[in-house]
Amino acid sequence: MARYLKRSLGQIAFVILGIAIINFFLLRLAPGDAAQVMAGEAGSATPEYMAALRQQFGLDQPLYVQFLAYLKNLLTLNLGYSFRQGMPVSELIAQRLPATLLLMGTSIAFAVSVGGTLGFLAARHAGKLADTVISSVALVFYATPVFWIGVMLVVVFSVLLDWLPVGGMASIESGLTGLGYAADVARHLILPALTLGLFYLAIYTRLMRASMLEVYGQDFVRTARAKGVRPRRIALRHVLRNALLPIVTTLGVQLGSILGGAILVETVFAWPGLGRLAFEALFQRDLNLLLGILFCSSVVVVIVNLAVDLAYTVLDPRIELS
Amino acid sequence: MASFSRRQFLAAASALALAAAVDPTNLQAAAAADGPVRGGTLSIILQPEPVTLTPVANVAQPTQVVAGNVFDGLVTYGFDLKPAPQLAESWEVAPDGLTITFRLHKGVTWHDGKPFTASDVKWSLENVWKTIHPRNKALFENVSAVEIPDDHTVVLKFSKPSLPIFSVLNGVGAPILPKHLYDGTDILNNPYNNKPVGTGPFVFKEWRKGEYLVLERNPAYWDAGKPYLDKLVFRVIPDAAARAAAIEKGEVQYAPFNPVPFRDVERLAALPNLKVETRGYEWLSPVLYFDLNVENPYLKDVRVRQAIAHAVDKAALSKVVWFGYGKPAVSPIPSTLTAFHDPSVPTYPFDPKKAEALLDEAGFRRGPDGVRFALTHDFLPYGDDYRRTGEFLKQALKRVGIEVAIRAQDSGAFIKRVYADRDFDISSSYNAAFPDPQIGVVREYWSGWLGTKTPWTNGSGYRNAQVDALIEKAAVEGDPQARAAAFRAFQQIVQRDVPTLPLLELKFFTVHAANLKGAVEQGDQVYSSLRNAWFDGPNADAPKGN
Repeated sequence: MARYLKRSLGQIAFVILGIAIINFFLLRLAPGDAAQVMAGEAGSATPEYMAALRQQFGLDQPLYVQFLAYLKNLLTLNLGYSFRQGMPVSELIAQRLPATLLLMGTSIAFAVSVGGTLGFLAARHAGKLADTVISSVALVFYATPVFWIGVMLVVVFSVLLDWLPVGGMASIESGLTGLGYAADVARHLILPALTLGLFYLAIYTRLMRASMLEVYGQDFVRTARAKGVRPRRIALRHVLRNALLPIVTTLGVQLGSILGGAILVETVFAWPGLGRLAFEALFQRDLNLLLGILFCSSVVVVIVNLAVDLAYTVLDPRIELS
Repeated sequence: MASFSRRQFLAAASALALAAAVDPTNLQAAAAADGPVRGGTLSIILQPEPVTLTPVANVAQPTQVVAGNVFDGLVTYGFDLKPAPQLAESWEVAPDGLTITFRLHKGVTWHDGKPFTASDVKWSLENVWKTIHPRNKALFENVSAVEIPDDHTVVLKFSKPSLPIFSVLNGVGAPILPKHLYDGTDILNNPYNNKPVGTGPFVFKEWRKGEYLVLERNPAYWDAGKPYLDKLVFRVIPDAAARAAAIEKGEVQYAPFNPVPFRDVERLAALPNLKVETRGYEWLSPVLYFDLNVENPYLKDVRVRQAIAHAVDKAALSKVVWFGYGKPAVSPIPSTLTAFHDPSVPTYPFDPKKAEALLDEAGFRRGPDGVRFALTHDFLPYGDDYRRTGEFLKQALKRVGIEVAIRAQDSGAFIKRVYADRDFDISSSYNAAFPDPQIGVVREYWSGWLGTKTPWTNGSGYRNAQVDALIEKAAVEGDPQARAAAFRAFQQIVQRDVPTLPLLELKFFTVHAANLKGAVEQGDQVYSSLRNAWFDGPNADAPKGN
């Protein structure tokens, strides 16, 4: 186990470095640079202004010089500076991180718990009314575009019923602190987390139902039934535990993308998360910022993968890490 | 300012000296009902989020919307685009046009309490307007010296006259920065760019990136009693449907620059609590146009360009694509610039038959499949309206036998393609004309820009020595009549050659709460301050952001 971890961590360092290098060159294939985008937004420019911008951004340097500077920064864990935002990249990411973690954490927790439960119930009552209802609802949520659900929830709960705010993360200038502030954020969180959660929920429901039904068909379940074990115990102890592996895999994939955030939901609800930051950085050709976000994302992905491998061994003692 | 003669200037200057601190716009506000009410928080849509809050090197739209409330300018502009005094109480232009004297308002302070003086203006002119400001560099080039005989007088000496400067002297056009915070620093990286200190009616308080930005009432504002509002909260709401919802619900009470799609406007305008306003954009006077790349083997023939002009039905384009928020353009200089606009230029009424005749004459006959030749179209990537304008062009040209392939890309790619790589046939774009054609219009036609790869300059690749000469003459002409004549001659030629096809004089719109008064009172309103705005009714009490 310790040997496995040691070896994995070594590999991880190489993988992350490789991803970072590929990202650096890949992003430079995008046509146009940050100076052109900024001059474009300004509506007018002069060649001197463009040259000044390029010099400020370091874009006037040859590519290999830019690359070496990037590499040097990376090896000293310095994510660089976003000239467009006028802030160090690490600071920008740290600012947006809590909002992203809150939204993604809440919606994934909601989706796994509720979706898993619904899938469990559907599988136990396979073919009956409860199963049909749950499966149909899951299918509807799965098939509906996320942004449309978001806009509809806003129209119904914010505009028509006026129960919840349209967007943002907290009331501006409310002066709230402590519990009052937490309640305020929670009110703002409900719609975006629900929008995102409903889509994931559908995935987990369907996955849980399918993998439980698969396990139900296996020999050891039949043996358990023949032994006279109660259906409830079979479902919980024999079937559910074995059916969890694919759920953990999917959860791992999803947690890996957690830093990417949910661009659509963040946009619809004006949620100040990392997804929007990355998306805007792409359009603005703010490559330092984009590379920084991608770097952090790649770190999260490989670490979550490692954690998923470890979780397998806990859930299924037959799996060994070597 | 465009239409001011020197004599009018002198007359205006003396009249204004009497009116002193009285801004003509507040007379209107004072006339309303029981007069303005103090207090209240105004929530405003800010989209997209600005890069910086100081309009020095970056003059993008959101930057100017915020900065207009923080920075006062020497003047503001009325709906007729004539300058009205702000920090400059009065001004005089010498008969030879080579000396301009501004008398500054006394008792004005920066938000940090330091006095505002003539040396701030001098410093800003020399270090910002003449150097890094993208629009002003050419206009202030001929300022040979700035003299400040006392703290409240600025005298500009010119080597050659530069009348267009009177069109850019508002808070964002010629931003005056506090010398004591900027002198000797790297202006582009000065930390105050993102926490601006101005002389305007609202003071910067907080900017939460990705969320909101707060300005507070300046209690020491020189125009006593103003502003009326306690706070401005600018909210970043990236999704158009969410913006519509926030406006409809009343969470936001002021939303400039087409905050919602046209199809939502009609619905919102019908609501009793909202008002849709198209005034306040006169200072910009945007014109939508197609650039026809004259280096293209087909488009280099003037008859082909004229045929395309005849093939596009501008009235239908306005109605179908722009929901009527655009007036068919006659010339590249929009009709709002009354002193310069020439309605007698060659026009191209919608006439597909004539278009076909011109194309036949040019030698591009229809092939067996009915197609003469094919072109590509790259539309301005600023949203659906431009994509649909491209689709409109495709249909219009198909009718006369030209196939058009539409290409989409993001703005970085678009700018590189059109202005750096010049790898396009027809592109769409719009430009703000500003009150003087020298600022916004001639850059589309002057051949001096070619090869510099600068965005929003001569996109068509047009070269005409006569046009260049007229542009260069008008830039340094001291006689307003002679300038207007030069611009008329310019319009006649470029509308004959149509390297750029002006389509519509766009009407941008603002949506605001019906009980918000005094929010639209100037020709440069959207880039100026909301010092005259006040809530008539419940909003004044306790409007929270949400």
